[in-house]
Amino acid sequence: MLTRNMKITFGAFMLAIMAMFMLPDFMPAANASEAVATESSVAAAPAAAAASDAAAAPAANAITYPPAPKLTEADYPRISGVNSRVAVWLVAQLHLWFGAFVVAVPMFVFIIEVIGMVTRDERYDNMAYEFIKVSITAYSLTAILGGLLSFGLILFYPDLFKYLALIFKESMWAYALLFFAESAVLYIYYYGHFLLQGGNKKWVHLTFGLLLNAVGLQLMFLANAWTTFMMSPAAVDAAGVFNGNTWEAIHNFLWNPINIHRVVANVAYGGSVVGAYAAFKFLSAQKQAERAHYDWVGYNANFIAISALLPLPFAGYYLTAEMYAYSQQMGITLMGGVFAWIFIIQAVLIGALFLSANYYLWCGMGRSEGAYRYNPRIKYIAIVLVVAFLVWFTPHTLVLTNSELKDLGGPYHKYLGVLGIMPAKNTAVNFLLTFTFMSFLFYRRANKVATVSWAAAGNAAQIALFTAGLINIVILGVYYGYFTNTVYKVAASVPQVLTTLVIIIISVVIDAFMYKGAKDVAPLHWGRMSNRSQYALFLLAVSFTWLMGLMGYVRSGIRQHWHISNIFRDGSPDAFTPGLGYAASVVSVGTIIFMAMVIFVFWLSTISGKHVVAKGYWKEQA
Amino acid sequence: MINFLKVAFFSLLMVGGFWGFANFGIPQIKPAPPPVEEKLDLGAMTMDQFVALGGKIFNGKGTCTLCHNAMGRAPMLDKVGAVAEERMKDARYKGAAKTVQEYLHESLVKPSAFVVSGFGKSGTNDTESPMPDVSGGGIGLKEAELAAVVAYLQDSSGSEVTVEIPKMEAAPAEGAAPVEEAVLKTPEEVIAKYTCGMCHKVLDQEGALGPDLTKIGATKNKEYLRQAILDPEAVIAKGFTGGMMPPTYGEQMKAKELEMLVNYLAGLKK
Repeated sequence: MLTRNMKITFGAFMLAIMAMFMLPDFMPAANASEAVATESSVAAAPAAAAASDAAAAPAANAITYPPAPKLTEADYPRISGVNSRVAVWLVAQLHLWFGAFVVAVPMFVFIIEVIGMVTRDERYDNMAYEFIKVSITAYSLTAILGGLLSFGLILFYPDLFKYLALIFKESMWAYALLFFAESAVLYIYYYGHFLLQGGNKKWVHLTFGLLLNAVGLQLMFLANAWTTFMMSPAAVDAAGVFNGNTWEAIHNFLWNPINIHRVVANVAYGGSVVGAYAAFKFLSAQKQAERAHYDWVGYNANFIAISALLPLPFAGYYLTAEMYAYSQQMGITLMGGVFAWIFIIQAVLIGALFLSANYYLWCGMGRSEGAYRYNPRIKYIAIVLVVAFLVWFTPHTLVLTNSELKDLGGPYHKYLGVLGIMPAKNTAVNFLLTFTFMSFLFYRRANKVATVSWAAAGNAAQIALFTAGLINIVILGVYYGYFTNTVYKVAASVPQVLTTLVIIIISVVIDAFMYKGAKDVAPLHWGRMSNRSQYALFLLAVSFTWLMGLMGYVRSGIRQHWHISNIFRDGSPDAFTPGLGYAASVVSVGTIIFMAMVIFVFWLSTISGKHVVAKGYWKEQA
Repeated sequence: MINFLKVAFFSLLMVGGFWGFANFGIPQIKPAPPPVEEKLDLGAMTMDQFVALGGKIFNGKGTCTLCHNAMGRAPMLDKVGAVAEERMKDARYKGAAKTVQEYLHESLVKPSAFVVSGFGKSGTNDTESPMPDVSGGGIGLKEAELAAVVAYLQDSSGSEVTVEIPKMEAAPAEGAAPVEEAVLKTPEEVIAKYTCGMCHKVLDQEGALGPDLTKIGATKNKEYLRQAILDPEAVIAKGFTGGMMPPTYGEQMKAKELEMLVNYLAGLKK
């Protein structure tokens, strides 16, 4: 029975994956030549390069796409008292925050449900239901904000919307259909939770969960196509005339790097938001059992957030590298000039994320007396994390007054200047990741003692692994970062990352075997957490939200004065790139609105379970 | 309720902290405004002015210095005129240029014709350049602008300038007759275009590398200000070091723009 059900689930999963990749084949051809044009059409490349290749594309398209319009200020409708850019910016950002949340939640809900089924621990099943309940209201808000965004684009940027809609018109049908499918599957999944319990029914429910994820991800990938087409347009000539098919427009150069980055980031973000939900419920709990439950939920949410946070820098690094590969100019705009300071703010935010996540783990060790043996080591981990954070935070080129410049002897500090360049930062971030993982390892062992005969050897192997790995990271960072040429400086970051991954993966494998059947030395007291620790979960959610908003500004800002990079110029009065302070203000307002809406969602999920008996209100039935 | 208020206050405090750091913890640099399409008056230009125009494009619209700088992202071009002959004879050269001038022009529009060792796209074994064709895409230099950049590269690398200033017919007006380069209308536009606020405190910008200009008119007269723009090294303000301000504004600014700026600065007295 189990084998048969696994086959069904695996089959459904494969179907979903196939559907995702077959998407273009299910769409009607955009033009007569589409069916044969794929081979000769332009691959994703900078518009300049695409221009020459595009000449080879079939000339006799059934549909003639217009060139990108050359707009003036008069082409942008204005409403008195409304800053159209800020309005669309805020709505788009809110849509993205909610969208990220509702795409992410079903991913880990599915995994939690599977864990519940495998372990037969009902707590996991209840937690999965509770998370999906929170995301139901958020789903409605995502749809409303998506509608508002479309409305805002049509109202304030009609020519841009028209241009993009013409290119993506085939995928818009798919988007609408997927949206209906998502709604249907989500409602069946949510409302069928208690109906589809036990035996085969549970497998059916899980299959719906899988479908929900497949449809949700496809929706996000389609939405990402518009965003990335604006950054790295494909199959267009220098005048912006589109000469490809819908799949080529979707599958542009930065589409997959953004897809990967957003999937990982969404999971981390979703984990942090449900962590805030659990913290809110923990703080509001009146009974010990309730506190214990939400403490456990919060721990799991934090675990999800951290698990996705660990690989996130690598996904970000890959995205940035691909931006450089697509256009060196775009890469330099991103990492240099005005946007360079963004990464100092980013360092502060990510530092806050790591510190709060670690702090929560350390507080969590108070749940068991067995963890006290690890307490003396925590202060050393804290020191390393703070030092790594400060290195990451150190800017490269300092903007100084003239007298300060003279005192320093240049824009670089004599000693701290060396910490400003990428090798130092790469080393610091790998230390942050490795030591955060070490915190987690201690937490995981808190109330257990390994009973296998080779426990001492296993521990020694792990110590050796960490020591050798950290030495390797330092050598790669210091020697290749400072004593060789630029090519090695950049290239050394890859083995650094691989070293960190090797430490994490091998340690997890050793730990899994070593602590199999381990003895409990002290019970875990769920709920024995200070209220203070719950604010670490809030810090995680707020920092993540603000960080996503800020990085969204950069991602969009690197297009500078172009709606679509290098082919469709922004002719509006808002064509200039806003300064950092201004962007921070917009992001802050957006974050406050989002947090207010999220708290509203939390509140709704709280009252939905309450039932008031209004005695004497209703007429007595005979 | 009290928990709700505590959580709301904590969240607001965090957002406020991030906002404060972004606004007051790091320098506020105003990104450059979108470039304005300029019409070139080539007929009245001397070769020195044409070379200066090339330098302006090299440092501005052409975005060449994003990569061709001391950071090592792309080869330095201070000797490109001298090494062009060798490169054209190199076995790896795939272009059709016969002269230094042709080579330089080719390197701007077909950068992969010759890729300097170590500067090719990753994985291409130096057969493909990461540099875009600067006559297309977002940079979009016109033929006359390309000629000006070639003239500048020849001049700055110590080669003989062989480029001829294109005739008016060759100017890049896209169908319209070339007209006088638009003169900026307000001192604010002049300050924005020549990015004075990057180094000086002026208008709403907070540059700190040069003297504060917000009350400069109270202590300096128009002659001083004019000289400071045209020949920045003539007098170095107390407490500042020389060599910081570009000496090329005299070649770049229109007379009307210069006088407008001088009058504006002289009027900043309180």
